[in-house]
Parts: sequence; C-alpha cells; structure tokens
Amino acid sequence: MLDIIFGNPSLLALAALVGIAIVFGALLGFAADRFEVEGNPLSDQINAILPQTQCGQCGYPGCRPYAEAITDGDSINKCPPGGEDTIQALANLLDVEPEPLDVEHGVEAEPTVAYIREDECIGCTKCIQACPVDAILGASKLMHTVIIDECTGCDLCVEPCPVDCIDMITREGGIQDWYWPLPDGQNRKSLITTDRGAEQAAA
Amino acid sequence: MRQIFDIHGGIHLPERKNMSNPGWVNDCDMPSKLFLPVTQHIGAPARPVVKVGDTVLGGQMIAEAQGPISVPVHAPSSGTVTAIEARAVPHASGLTDTCIEISLDGKDEWVGCEGLVNWRDETKAALLECVRLAGITGLGGAGFPTAVKIGSDRGRDIHTLIINGTECEPYITADDTVMQCFAQEIVEGAEILAHMVGAETLLLAVEDNKPEAADAMRQAAEALEIAEVVTFPTKYPSGGEKQLIEILLNAQVPSGGIPADIGVICQNPNTAIAVRDALIDGKPVTHRVTTVTGMSVKEPGNRRVMLGTPIRALLENAGFDADSADRIIHGGPMMGFAVTDLDMPVVKITNCVLAPTRSEISPPQPQQACIRCGVCAEACPASLLPQQLYWYARAKDQEQLERHNLMDCIECGACAYVCPSHIPLVQYYRSAKGSLRETVKERARSDNSRARFEARQERLEREAAAREAKRAARKAAAEARVKAGDDPVQAAIERAKAKKAQQRAE
Repeated sequence: MLDIIFGNPSLLALAALVGIAIVFGALLGFAADRFEVEGNPLSDQINAILPQTQCGQCGYPGCRPYAEAITDGDSINKCPPGGEDTIQALANLLDVEPEPLDVEHGVEAEPTVAYIREDECIGCTKCIQACPVDAILGASKLMHTVIIDECTGCDLCVEPCPVDCIDMITREGGIQDWYWPLPDGQNRKSLITTDRGAEQAAA
Repeated sequence: MRQIFDIHGGIHLPERKNMSNPGWVNDCDMPSKLFLPVTQHIGAPARPVVKVGDTVLGGQMIAEAQGPISVPVHAPSSGTVTAIEARAVPHASGLTDTCIEISLDGKDEWVGCEGLVNWRDETKAALLECVRLAGITGLGGAGFPTAVKIGSDRGRDIHTLIINGTECEPYITADDTVMQCFAQEIVEGAEILAHMVGAETLLLAVEDNKPEAADAMRQAAEALEIAEVVTFPTKYPSGGEKQLIEILLNAQVPSGGIPADIGVICQNPNTAIAVRDALIDGKPVTHRVTTVTGMSVKEPGNRRVMLGTPIRALLENAGFDADSADRIIHGGPMMGFAVTDLDMPVVKITNCVLAPTRSEISPPQPQQACIRCGVCAEACPASLLPQQLYWYARAKDQEQLERHNLMDCIECGACAYVCPSHIPLVQYYRSAKGSLRETVKERARSDNSRARFEARQERLEREAAAREAKRAARKAAAEARVKAGDDPVQAAIERAKAKKAQQRAE
C-alpha cells in the first residue's frame, strides 16, 4: 500500500492534501468548540443602543427580544422612545439606510414617569406585576408607589390598573439638567462672547 | 525669579479694566429684601432649614448641604423669612429655582461667630468641616465646593497651591481689588489652604496688567517662606486653571483630568479670604466683592455686596441708566451670560455685573459660512481643533466629538472671538458638551433599566421553574404510589363499585 503511494507522485500529493485537511479540520473544530462566543454579540450591541424602556411598543416583550428580532432581520424603526437618534445609531451599527420612525408603533414623545394617585390606590398589585423593571413598590391591600428614579415611563402599568389611578407625567428637567441649545441664528442677543464688534468699539 | 512659560493660542483683548477703578471697594446699600437661591454652586441643592415666618440672624445657616457635593447657605443679615419659592436665579437658562426670600429688618444683627483659636492645632478633618459648614465655593466664577476640591482623595500628593489672581477677562476687577485691599487676608487664607492640602509651594499668580495688586501681594507675602508672587504677560485666557498651571509650571493637566492629578490646586483670592474668615473669624460666606461696570452705569466700581441682593439694586447703587443699556451681563463679556430678569440675585459666583451700551458691546454679527481659515485652531488655548468640533457639533456626531476631546474645551470663547465668519463657536460647544453629558446620564439610566429588567426576567423564570418542579414532584409522588399498588384512582373506583354493589344488594 505505502509502496504504491510513494511510487505514484499524484497519489502522494493527494495523500498529503488529505492529511493536511484532516489536521486543520480538527484544529478548526477544536477552536470552534473552545472559543465559542456565548449568545449573539450583534444582538448585545443592538440591545446596548436601545433605550431599555421595556415598553413593548415595538411588538416584542422588551428591548432584548426586539434586539434579537433586529438581528434576525426585523426593521430598525419600531422604537418610539428611542426616536430618530436610536434609529440613526442602529443604522450606523448595521450599515443600513436609516428609515423614519414607524408611526404604527407610536410617536416620539417627551420622557414620562408614572405617578400613582395614592389616595385612590386600592392595593391590587396589578401594576406591580406589569412593571418590567420592578419600579413599583407596594403589597396586597396596601398603597403602591412608583420609584421615580427607576421608572422608564413605559406606561405598561396604566392599562392593568382597575381604578385608573396612574398618570403618566412628563419628566421635568430642572435647572440642573438644562444645557445650552444649539445656536439657531435667531436669538443672538443671548450670545455674549465678545466678537470683533467690541474691538472696533474700543478702538 | 521663577521661569514662566507660554501656552498655545490665546488672544489679546481690549481690557477696559480701569473703568471700574480697581483698588477701591464700597459697600453696596442694604436692600430691603434678599433672594438666596439654594443652589449657588455646582452640585446638589442645599435643603432649606428655615420656615416662612422664621426670624433669622446674620450668619445663621438657612439651608444645609445635601449629599457630598453640596454647600450650605447662610443669611447675610437679620430679618424674617417671607417666602421660599421658585424665582429667577442667575443661570444661563433663565429658569427659576428655589430661593429663600428674607425681608431685612435693617438692624444687621449677627449670630455670635467664633473662629478657631489656633488653626495649626486642628486636624485636617476639623478644618475641612469648618470650610464645608461656612458654605465656601470657588468664588472665581465656577462655584465648585471648596471643601470637596481640597478634601478630595485625588489630591493626596499636592505639592503646589496656586492663588489664581489672573482675572484675564475684560472689565472684571474684583480679584484685582481684593488683592490690593485685602492682601494680608489673602495670604493668611492661602497659608491655611496650603497647610490643609500639604503644599510645599504657594504661588500667588498675578497677570502683569495688575502691578499694584502684585506689589500688595508681595508685601503681604514677604514673611511667608513658601510663598512667591509670580507675574506673567497678559493674555486671555491665562486664568484658566489648566492654562495657568502650564504657564507657571510647564506641566499639562491630562485630558479629562483635574489639576490635583498632577499635584496642583488652584484657588481664587476671594476664596482664600473666605477660608480665612471661616477659620479665624468663624464667619460663613455671606458677602462678596463684585464688579459693577459698563458704560451704562455712572459710578462703575467694586462693591461689597450681600449675597441675595437683586442685581437691580446693585446696578441702581452704581447709577444705572436703563435707557442706554443694551443688555445686562452676569460675569464677563467672554464667558458670562445675558441676564433676563433684573430681580435675579447676586450669588457666590457673581464676580461681575456688566451693563454695556449698544456701541460698547455690539450685538453679534450674523453668522456666515466657515471658510476653513484655521484661525480658531491658532487661538485655542486647549490645543483643540475648533473647526472640526464645529462640524461635528452641527452633525451631532458624539463619537467624533469625544474623539476630538470636546470635553477639554474650557469655553473661553477665544475661537468665536477671532472667527472672521462670526460663528458663535462656543455656543455650539456648550450645547454639544451638554448633550454629551446628557448621553452619559441616559446611558447610565438605560444600563440600570436593563439590569433591572434582566433581573426581573430571571426571577420570573426562576419562579416558573420552581412551580414546574413542584408540579413534577407531585406527579412523581403520585406515580410512585401507583407503582406501590396504592393507586388512589383505582382505589376510588373500587370504592364506588363496592358502594354501588351494596346499593344494588339492598
């Protein structure tokens, strides 16, 4: 057998190739097993961009399921809380054309926060079960309240409330959260930085 | 003689400092009412500890610090608290914030103030507590809590304390004036500060356009061995901390870092006085020296004014001519902002109130297209690329803004000043910086939501699994009984059959 192979150059070449293929195949197989990445890294990246409101307006039960759906080819314009910025970021990440927000899933709105009118709360715990981020505190037959800092404003608690005592109010940015708007070329009186006009006046 | 160095960029501005007659300070008349904002600093608002109707004395704490980065507020004079409500405060936004209104009784009665007998005998922690309780913030204009700045862990190895008397913005002479009038107090305060941070070198930095101030400081500092007065050429913005450190020490604060990272701390002369007053006299910050200037006031100058005094009262005290004024500016002409409501009070950061006429500071020219001349990059003292930042700010490209170190912009306005197309560059950077900070905050919030969502999801799965396990266990137990010949169903059928048979038999 060996004699035939060594005696025949073309068979020798074939044997060498098969040998190499087996070695590399084994190596690749081992590497695939040894260095396997858990989960889907792309959907992790997409999930990092999504606003984590967990509101379900996209039609999926939370941001991660939507991220996984996008990985599988769903469109990127179904997230109203994220709005245009999120769509832009997703388009950049996935290298696709940004599309306008799909109004079927809602419109971009000011961030809100849930507020329970505590006098009217009957303590049914239905909103607690609905809250995707455990931001409502309370117990059966006791008053509930929203932890404002943890509330994402998803409004999933409004629907289940049997006595309609939950309001969604706009998250108000105080003086600490304020920052300058981009100059619009209109209101130039509030721009102070001395420009050359001042130098002329001084001359 | 210490060698001094130059910074990149910078500009030479018409100074107009003589207008406000540096070297003299008059008391501003006591107003009938004071409006004291609970936020006069960077950090969490102070919490009011007085109620409407309470009588307060001068020096009494009326709002206490909340959280680590916060400072208390004290009443500057005696009177009655007549309101605690949202009012216009000196802030670029023109928004309102909680203010404590005090109707003064005119008697100016004070609580008993007792300083430390000998501050050298006290521990650093005790001194820091004194500074914190006295409500001291950086009085130069930024308003960062002083106790936090000098007590921070990041500043463990401080070798140099710089008293920053540069005051490079046009018009303002508040620092110049206190250096001339209260040089001794500044040096005392600086000595305490140097002791607190453990600095071996104390530099008193004065720009060379203030020779009287430099002389006064030299005289006062003569006896103090570690102190040295340094003068250097006038250029805007030499007064920026990072720029000043480069000029004096030829060292650069790393991008995104603070001076304490390289062992340096800068303090304003007014802050040094406040520290001295707090430790030696036991007095909190209730007054400050403010420059009132501009061609629309007849008697421009420096006034020692109670915090909370409405800007209107301060202007009227200086002979304000409302008809000729174009706008009122809080702070200097380069970095200040226009005041929308003259009832805004003077606060700890108010180093200047500027009332220029229209011809003095003309309204900004219309913005034209960027011609890519690059003059802004030559003027930038932080060695940034203003032109690129401008494009990225317009495109809201946060990634590129970060990569081009937008956060190192000190908002000095040199780029906008030299721009031949009159582009308000700084306004773009201010806005972009704000939105970058907002993005960071939002990211933190969404990370938090993600963690909570995932934790909840996990919990629900765990609960479902537990239920499933219980059910399976019950089922297994039932099956085990069947196997053991103890089938409850079969037994029930047997029982029923027996019962029926019995009935039939009857």
